[in-house]
Formats: sequence, C-alpha cells, structure tokens
Amino acid sequence: MNLAWKDVRRQKGRFALTAFGLGLLFAIVLAMGGIYRGLIEDATLLVDRMGADLWVVQRDTRGPFAERSTVPADLEDRLRVVPGVAETRRFSSAIIQRNHHNHSLRMNLVGLAWPWDRGEGLPLAEGRTLAQAHLEMIVDRSLGLALGERVHLGNDDYTVVGITKGLLGSGGDGVVCVNEADASAILAYQPSEALRLEREARVSRLAHTELDSPANEERLRGDEGILPALAPPPTNAILVKLIPGARVEAVQRTLAGWVEVTATSTEEQRQFLLQGVVEKSKRQIGLFRALLGVVSGIIVALIVFNMTAAKAHDIALLKLMGAKTGVVVGLILEQSMMLGGLGYAFAFVIAELSFQYWPRRVVVGFPEFAGVAVLVTVITLISSLAGIHRALKIPPTLVLAG
Amino acid sequence: MEPREEVVRADQLNKTYGSGHTAVRALRGASLVAHRGELVALLGPSGSGKSTLLTALGLLNLPEKGRIALAGQDVVVNGIAHGDLPSLRRSRIGFVFQKSNLIPFLTAQENVRVAFKINGQDGVGELRRSQELLDALGVGERSDHYPEQLSGGEQQRVAIARALAMAPPLILADEPTSALDSHRGREVMDLFKRVAHEHGAAIIVVTHDQRTLDLFDTVFEMEDGILAPARSAA
Repeated sequence: MNLAWKDVRRQKGRFALTAFGLGLLFAIVLAMGGIYRGLIEDATLLVDRMGADLWVVQRDTRGPFAERSTVPADLEDRLRVVPGVAETRRFSSAIIQRNHHNHSLRMNLVGLAWPWDRGEGLPLAEGRTLAQAHLEMIVDRSLGLALGERVHLGNDDYTVVGITKGLLGSGGDGVVCVNEADASAILAYQPSEALRLEREARVSRLAHTELDSPANEERLRGDEGILPALAPPPTNAILVKLIPGARVEAVQRTLAGWVEVTATSTEEQRQFLLQGVVEKSKRQIGLFRALLGVVSGIIVALIVFNMTAAKAHDIALLKLMGAKTGVVVGLILEQSMMLGGLGYAFAFVIAELSFQYWPRRVVVGFPEFAGVAVLVTVITLISSLAGIHRALKIPPTLVLAG
Repeated sequence: MEPREEVVRADQLNKTYGSGHTAVRALRGASLVAHRGELVALLGPSGSGKSTLLTALGLLNLPEKGRIALAGQDVVVNGIAHGDLPSLRRSRIGFVFQKSNLIPFLTAQENVRVAFKINGQDGVGELRRSQELLDALGVGERSDHYPEQLSGGEQQRVAIARALAMAPPLILADEPTSALDSHRGREVMDLFKRVAHEHGAAIIVVTHDQRTLDLFDTVFEMEDGILAPARSAA
C-alpha cells in the first residue's frame, strides 16, 4: 500500500492540474534549451548547406553572415585560376522584408550562381530546383508560401518552384533562393523617385570634387552602370570548392597575398557565427534557464509545502501511531516525485505536440529531454525538503487537538 | 487465583504547563495500574487533567516527574525516555479518539492496514487480518468505503479495528463516544469490553458518559490533576 499514491488518487483532478501547471513551466525550460540548439543549427545551416571549402570575402571582414562584405563580381573568375581551386560561385545573402497578401514576409534572400548552382544542394521537400534563368524562387516552408505562388520582389513577380524544409538563415528567417542576378536586382531595386534623388545627390557630391565637369555630370544623371565605380556592390562573397586532395590552408596562404580579400574556411565561418551571432543569445538563454529553474524550484517547494500542510493532521496521526520518520519522509518525497514526474510527462507531451509550431525553431532531442529530467529530479528533491521539514515539525499530539 | 499481568503502571506523575504565576499543574502525583483484560474509565470535568494523563500514558507528552512502565519495564522516568518511544507506541499502544481520526484518503480497510504498514508489514496476511478485524467489529461490508461514506459509529468501529491491528496490550481511548448518540455510544463501550476480554488488552477510556460506567472494571476520577479510584470491579 503506497500512501502517497492513495492520497493522490483521492484528489487526482487537483493533482493533475497542479502537475499540468508545472508541466508548462518545465516545457518552457525545455524550450529554452531547444531554442538555443535551434539558434546554433539555424546560424550554421546555410554555411553547412552551401558546400564550400572556402569563403572569400571583403578584406578583414567576417562576412557574409556575421558582418557586411562586398567583393567585385570578377573575383569569381580570378579565383578560378588559383592552384587547388576546382570551382567558384558568387554568393549573396541579405535579409529583406516585404508585404505579401497584406502580411509582412521576412526572408533571408540568397543568390544562387546560375547556371552552375540551381539549388541541387538544398533540402527540397516539394517541387524542383531552378529551371530557368530568371523569376523563379525556392523558398523555405517556414515562410508559408505554396508551390506556384507568385511573390512580388523588386520590380518583378517570382514564382515559387521549390519548397525546402528547415532552411533558415542565421537569424531564424526562412531562406529564399533565387538566381544571383535576380538577387542583385531585388536588392538594388529602388523606386523611380529614389533613383532620381540619388542621381541629384551624386551630382551634388561631384560639385565638391576636381572631377566636376558638364560631361561627368551628364554621365551621373544617366544609368548608374555607366560608371562602374558608382554601381552597387555586385556580391557578398565568392564560394570556392577545392579539387580533391587540395589543402584549404595552402589556398588560404595563396589568397593571403591578395590585398582586397580574406579567405575563411567553412569551419571558421561557423565559428564567426557561433561567437558573434549566438554567443549573447546563449548567455541570455542560459540566464533565463537558470531563473526558470529557481522559479520552478520555489513553486514546487510551495506546492509540496502546502500539500504537506493540508495533510498535517494525517501526518500527526501516523506519528502518533508510531510511524517511523522514513514513512513520513517517504510520503512527502514520493508525492513530490510523482508531481515532478507527471509535470515532466506533461512537458514532454507539450514539447512533442507544440514545439514544431513555435515561431523560432525549437530543436529538442535526447540531450535536452535528459537534461530537463535531471533538473526536474534535482528541483523536486530539493523542493521536497521544505515539505519534509514541515512534516517533521508536526507534533503527534496535533491529533488530540481535534 | 493467578496474579493478573500488569500492562501499564504510572507512579506519581507530575506535569505542569507554563511557568511562574501562569503555571497550571495538570497532573499532581497521578498513579494508576491497568492489567490485561481490564477496562478502565477516567472520569472528571473538563480541564481536570484526564487528557494529559492519557497522552502521558501514550508516551506523547512526558511528565516532568514520576515513572511510567509498560509490562513492568520503565519507559519514562522523571521526564526522560528510556527506549524508542515511537517504536513502543507502534507495537504496544493503540489509540482511539473522540473523532475517529481516520485518514480520509484511505478506505476503511486501508485505514486498518496502515497500522501494519507503519510496522513494516504490508502483505496478504495483513490484508486478510484487516478484513477479519473489520468483520469482527461489524463493518466488514463497509471495508471499501472511505471515512466520509461511513456513519460516526462505523468510523469509530474502524478506528477501534485499527487500534487492535497490532494486538497491542494497551489501548487508550479519549472520549470515543462523545460524538455518538447514547445508543451508539453504549454499543462502542460494549465493543471495548468485548475487546478487552477477548483480546486481553488493557483499555483506558476517558469518558464523561456516566450511563456506561457499569461496563467498566475500574473507574478513576480526576480533579485538578489528582487521580483517585472511584470504584473497582476487579
């Protein structure tokens, strides 16, 4: 006969409700760990998916994800002749936010180097890769777009031809892949009024230089492509794939002599992201988890204390009958463990059923579940001390007081 | 005639609550002896010290002075315990109270079994023994009911069954019939007499009910902490 279970059985509704409340709390603790892991996976997903050995970016920057980087488009051709390099392709990435069917669509725009890269390396769940040079896009499922749906970006409508699953940028935004030229067009797109104002600004700046002349002013008022130095940056980075057997360090040493670029390995890119993008979030989430752990402990302690207080008369009776301390301690401890266990079970179910619908990706696996299980056990054990302390102070003569 | 086996002996118990001019002397040299099979009544007005004496004999509230012996062995001498008092309560003393004091989350049968459980016995034998006790006390058919589903008299019978579970030589009852009507009250006292004689237990009952005194073997009266024999049928 288990006294703890018998007591729970008689008030199972209240007990289950209390455990459900705790379950919600434990689920949040679990989610914090999952969000952290999701942050790491999201942050490094694109770097891992692009399949490059080297990322050639603007000199002394940690681009293209951790900070802004701009490199000339022709760098792609120059890198192709470096010993050890098998192939190169341009890469651009930027966060854009556009209105689509009256709601805001925030996405991480990535340019694929058509025709060599049509998105074959992407985790496609539906549809196909890019099949034509322009106006097609592959989007992540998290953006909520459907195959065949048209999205207005820049000055054009793009058709969704493929849908990926779990392809998110370092900020957790769904990735949209288009042709590199389309990406540049989307990013460089400005409405007519903005272009007119920019041209006026250029002419104004020219007036303060020794290049000021009617001929130059005429050029500045024309298409920006006429003066390449004034044109927008063509790309953020060049991705380099090495020939089999070539050493990353050797190619990096060669490129170290190029004054305008820095070559980083994929692992270095990952570290930039983890140290730059994720580090503060990691500490913040760690702090939240610690605080939630303390709050959970206090709540469990209060619940156990109140459950014990409600049974004071029965505990006094057991003591009066000569029950050993272990019987009373066991009653409190077992009930605490049942509460913690049921709360954890609720948290598990909540995690399984709801985490997939959370706005940010929550990645929970065995390490997170096991970690929270240990945390719940420790919290429950420590918290039950409050109840045990209360129980041990109950005098057996309390029964006689009526 | 064989000498009767002594179950409990109290010698010159003194107990004072508070100190200075607010001190109340609850027990003033109270002494009594109860034997196997003896039904003892403690009479007296409220505040006379009956419950204090009962809790002292139950090893719950130790007197500052005097001696308590169980089966001839000193267990409390001048406020100092000699032995493991909870263990002695578990194995040698049963309690019945004014209210039945059943554990509300246990059925009648489980309330009896709990006495075995706290002694580390919780097997099939104890289950059967619990049911036998309930049957013997006339509440066997109510064994699956919770206390709130039982009448006052049935609850008291279950409480008596629990007190008898470990077959203790001493049963202490504090006004066990005060919450019952006179008919039910007499039934319970009859039950005590039967239990005392059949189980050979010494039963000490604090009571105000003068109508059932004919059932008792020994009657003590208490006033202002002083205990005096009123009558002995032994």
